[in-house]
Amino acid sequence: MPATYEKIATTTLGSAQNNITFTSIGSGYTDLRIVFVGQTQTSAQTVFLQYNADTGFNYSNTVISGNGSTAASYRNTGNNNIEGATRAPVPVSPNWGLYTFDIFSYAGSTYKTCLITANGDANGSGGVDYNVGLWRSTSAITSVKIFNTNNWSTGTTATLYGILKA
Amino acid sequence: MPATYTLISSNVLSSSAASITFSSIPATYTDLVVRASARTDSASSRDAIYIEFNGSGSSYSNTFVRGTSTLATSGTYAFGIASPRGADGATATSNTFGSVEWYIPNYLASTNKPVSVFGVQENNTTTANDANIEAVAGLWSNSAAITSIVIKKVDGTNFVSGSSFYLYGISNA
Repeated sequence: MPATYEKIATTTLGSAQNNITFTSIGSGYTDLRIVFVGQTQTSAQTVFLQYNADTGFNYSNTVISGNGSTAASYRNTGNNNIEGATRAPVPVSPNWGLYTFDIFSYAGSTYKTCLITANGDANGSGGVDYNVGLWRSTSAITSVKIFNTNNWSTGTTATLYGILKA
Repeated sequence: MPATYTLISSNVLSSSAASITFSSIPATYTDLVVRASARTDSASSRDAIYIEFNGSGSSYSNTFVRGTSTLATSGTYAFGIASPRGADGATATSNTFGSVEWYIPNYLASTNKPVSVFGVQENNTTTANDANIEAVAGLWSNSAAITSIVIKKVDGTNFVSGSSFYLYGISNA
């Protein structure tokens, strides 16, 4: 029986850099999941997502977030990326943020929806975001880029899993 | 190929229990997932449910965002890594249980431990604040590898029969 939940690839940064990209993603799964555990070098920063090197303004997202005192909801439309975390940015040392990206029916011929959880509690700061993103493209996803404006620290890790429903 | 997502241990209650412990957690996975379907004997409709690591009761922090059927709120919470309204209590609709998942990445790393929590307490009610959905960012500010997890509640004395608890290991190797 083929495995339902399989690791496809994992990247752990051996030096600081501002992106992790998974390429050549095969079409043999139903959904994808990325688990990202990261730390920023300079100041807490959000996480951005792009597919298939598409830098066009084909992305949008809707977010609910909390920063420990107020809840908020907002929306981005016509962006050139999906903004993964605003109130739960990737923290600085000694803390690490946890982000999960669930990308549904990634190889299908419809627009692509993802669910992002952003967990950036920093023991007195940071927050939590839940985020639904949309890529307005009917192309199968073959690459995923997670990136930032500043560098992530050595040891930042992202793992790509494939989930199979049959 | 070894399995990526493996059940390590489970505990389905046939009688009440004050807490649930998963001990001697193997050091052979990358991440851990804890799932609970929980109801307590709390005198209200809900209870807080939380986990602690390695028998430690300190160095935890939580930031949550919550929907209560009438409004959205955000706050912090002091007990363990928690879903503050994730368990059903004694006055919740009968035979209902709250559902909570904790995702614990890199549980063996010698760094502080971030945790993602999602909890829902559906109660088929029109009473405000008696049905809750929560997303929580948790942090254990401790660099020790996690070897045990205990699941606790705040208000009630016991988790009731029918509550179930599962520990899974995820391997990225």
